[in-house]
Amino acid sequence: MTGVSIDRVSFDYGGAPILDAVSLDVAKGEFFAFLGPSGSGKTTLLRLVAGFGIPTAGTIRVGDRDVTSVPPWKRNVGMVFQSYALWPHMTVAGNVAFGLEQRGMARADIAAKVRAGLDLVGLSHLADRRPAQLSGGQQQRVALARTLVIEPEVLLLDEPLSNLDAKLRVEMRQEIAALQRKLGLTTIYVTHDQEEANAVADRIAVLDGGKIQQIGAPIDLYDRPANRFVAAFLGTANMIEGSLAAGGRFAAEGFALDGVSGAAGPACLSFRPQDVSLAAGGGAGRILHREFLGGTIRYAVALGPHRIVVDTVHHREAPVFAPGSQVGVTVDPGRVVVLR
Amino acid sequence: MTAVLATSAPVRRASLLARWRATPFHLVCAGIVAAFLVAFLVVPVGSVVFIAFWDGQSFTLVHFADFFRTSIMIESTWNSIYVAVMTVAFATLLAVPLAYITVRFRFRGAALIQTLGVIPLVMPPFVGAVAMQLVYGRNGSINLLLMDWFGFRLPFMEGLNGVIFVEGLHYFPFILLNLSASLANIDSAMEESAQNLGASGWRLFSRIVFPLAMPGYIAGAALVFAKVFDDLATPLLLNVTNMLAPQAYLRVTSVGLADPMGYVISTILVVLSVVAVWLSMLSLRNRDFATQQRGGGGLAKRDLGRAESVAAYGFVAFALLLALSPHIGILLLSFGTIWSFSVLPDAFTLAHYSTIFRDAGGFMANTVLYCGIAALIDVVLGTMIAYIAMRTGLPGRNILDQVAMAAVAVPGLVLGIGILRTYFSVELPFGGGSLATFWLMLAIAYSVRRLPYALRSCTAALQQLHHSLEEAAENLGASKASTLTRIVVPLMAGGILAGFVTSFATAAVELSATLLLVTRDATAPLSYGIYVYMQSPAGRGPGAALGVVAVVVVAVATWLSYRVAEQDRAKRTRNGMAI
Repeated sequence: MTGVSIDRVSFDYGGAPILDAVSLDVAKGEFFAFLGPSGSGKTTLLRLVAGFGIPTAGTIRVGDRDVTSVPPWKRNVGMVFQSYALWPHMTVAGNVAFGLEQRGMARADIAAKVRAGLDLVGLSHLADRRPAQLSGGQQQRVALARTLVIEPEVLLLDEPLSNLDAKLRVEMRQEIAALQRKLGLTTIYVTHDQEEANAVADRIAVLDGGKIQQIGAPIDLYDRPANRFVAAFLGTANMIEGSLAAGGRFAAEGFALDGVSGAAGPACLSFRPQDVSLAAGGGAGRILHREFLGGTIRYAVALGPHRIVVDTVHHREAPVFAPGSQVGVTVDPGRVVVLR
Repeated sequence: MTAVLATSAPVRRASLLARWRATPFHLVCAGIVAAFLVAFLVVPVGSVVFIAFWDGQSFTLVHFADFFRTSIMIESTWNSIYVAVMTVAFATLLAVPLAYITVRFRFRGAALIQTLGVIPLVMPPFVGAVAMQLVYGRNGSINLLLMDWFGFRLPFMEGLNGVIFVEGLHYFPFILLNLSASLANIDSAMEESAQNLGASGWRLFSRIVFPLAMPGYIAGAALVFAKVFDDLATPLLLNVTNMLAPQAYLRVTSVGLADPMGYVISTILVVLSVVAVWLSMLSLRNRDFATQQRGGGGLAKRDLGRAESVAAYGFVAFALLLALSPHIGILLLSFGTIWSFSVLPDAFTLAHYSTIFRDAGGFMANTVLYCGIAALIDVVLGTMIAYIAMRTGLPGRNILDQVAMAAVAVPGLVLGIGILRTYFSVELPFGGGSLATFWLMLAIAYSVRRLPYALRSCTAALQQLHHSLEEAAENLGASKASTLTRIVVPLMAGGILAGFVTSFATAAVELSATLLLVTRDATAPLSYGIYVYMQSPAGRGPGAALGVVAVVVVAVATWLSYRVAEQDRAKRTRNGMAI
């Protein structure tokens, strides 16, 4: 089993920079995710690992091998495409056998491997079907099996669930995660869906504008975002621009909070909707809008010139605030993050 | 939390090949294609144009001055222009009402009109020409009947009229098909929004429908114009020699290859043809604006009133009969014993067919061989060009594509003269004679002329192939060459096969280049055989029988390529999810 190391990789397309000095290391057996909005460069980075394009600068290593300029067919890095890219003129078994045939394997061995590969994804009964006769989820499994049978050193998944419906998406992501753990295969997973990345990945690299914004475990990223982009992209974040004084007092127009730790200077205070509590009986906040979501109620609250989002846990005895009413707003200073 | 701060790495100088997204394999393919196009298209056509402007030492316009001082040349030029314009006019009279009827009205004969659209195309005009003389000529069936009943004749086939009549009947489908497509593509919302804003009737037609359909009409009309200008065989068979193409042919074959007049005419033909084809493509490109919004499904269809119905069905029946008359004529001729000064042949016989199966087997075998080779060359080159143009960044890749497509605007006559000029003095080893008249050259000339059709077919097939299907193969260890043979070509098979059949069928009835490059009957193809038979009154029967064979071959091939294309489309739709 092998890790992947990406060192200061840059890439441009027709003069437009797509990736800017991206560095990261994926450990052996790790389930790693590239997360970012469209146009962030995440798919380009994955394609560079697979060999579809050569970085304008930097190196890519798979294990100890520098593969930066190795053509795709000599990399042994398995990729599952967003569109699955199953060949419509071959059967399911033919699709799965293809990579093994390219490796010059004996026919009997190929048959055994194909059977094992299809067993792994639970599709051995569909070996003779054509891809067009399969459902989306089945096609996804065939694409996985086709990649896994060549025993790649690294598995690359490019938005593998984006063509499935919502229910199947949850099922498949659990299946993929279980399979990855069972095989212990180093895996890179590209997605724009933070929930998906949070659910499956050991670690996530958040990309935006061709740069890495932050790398970390899902919970760390959520709890301690490194910058405004990460804070806003992972979940909902309230952000208030102001300044932090030496004594730990954060002050902004119409808002102040004591007990904030951090160096003095201009700062942005970030906190999650659930880190705020509201109190009835008047206060600085005015309820603008209310959405009842079942377990929680989400309020939009005006706080001076700021507008923040507040989630309150709902149960029968909990107070409900009407739009227009004034409320007391309390932010827990222990849960805020100071961004520069 | 590991926000990564990195200094940038040294910039890599990618190799040329990598920057071009190409491998040595691609370079070899590009080299083969370029060599073929230069040797058999660029150099021959270029030499024709060159000689028209060359006096042996330097650039000259003296040949053109000679041309415009020779009265037969002036007359031929005007005649060619007259015939082309009148043919377009005649074809328009037939095609426009047919197109409008199918698109505008709920009309039961729509399928019939669509068939009508292809029937004339499956028979080359020169095959029908002789039969047309027997049906419409001075002493043909129609005029004999007119004489009997009303006491007058109509000069359908006299001189240039004959050429206009034959070519108009043959080429009107180009206008019909293009115009119908253009009308069918007009979004009904465009018409409805005009109605919503208060336009109706003539105003609606002249301001909205007509301008939107115009590009399709122009495209079709320009093609007809170019085709008529280039056609050599029809005027020759109708004994009309005072037109440009026959003059060029007669000059080169009687005065000889050294006569500059043939090259001057060829240059004029090329220029006119290029302008017409360019005009046609230009107007088709602009057609996009009519099809921006999909799902409109054409103009709203109306029911026909009683009088309208009678008029519409009457016109369609008349047009159908007219369009089929060459086919009926050739069929009668092939089964008739003697057909002269009578409405129908005196008696019917199978003798002509037995004659051709006894004597003309060589022609058929040659046609299968030459056209098979030509079609094979076309699909191989077409696949390579499409692949290089669409999947690599090789410099000059679009030039390859454009040069190959330019062959569509090169008249067969000009290509034939160019090949003769370029390769006539090249002797084959072992006393094989001149390279220009070697039988393989005929196949090559066919392949150059039909390459645009095959290329278009291959390009369309490759366009539908999602890039990730190839990347998946490379990712699993297949090299570029292996990906091409195992993934790309099998998935393009439908398009490639359709291209092969189209090339084969249209090459089978090519006569202009054939007339120039064939020297002996033993190496002549079917089209040449028909031409030779048709020259003598005794040969007309067997010539017509050969013509029927050619029509059947082309019709079956056209139907096959249509079927293949349909099945391919159906397969892709089913695979929509997979791709």
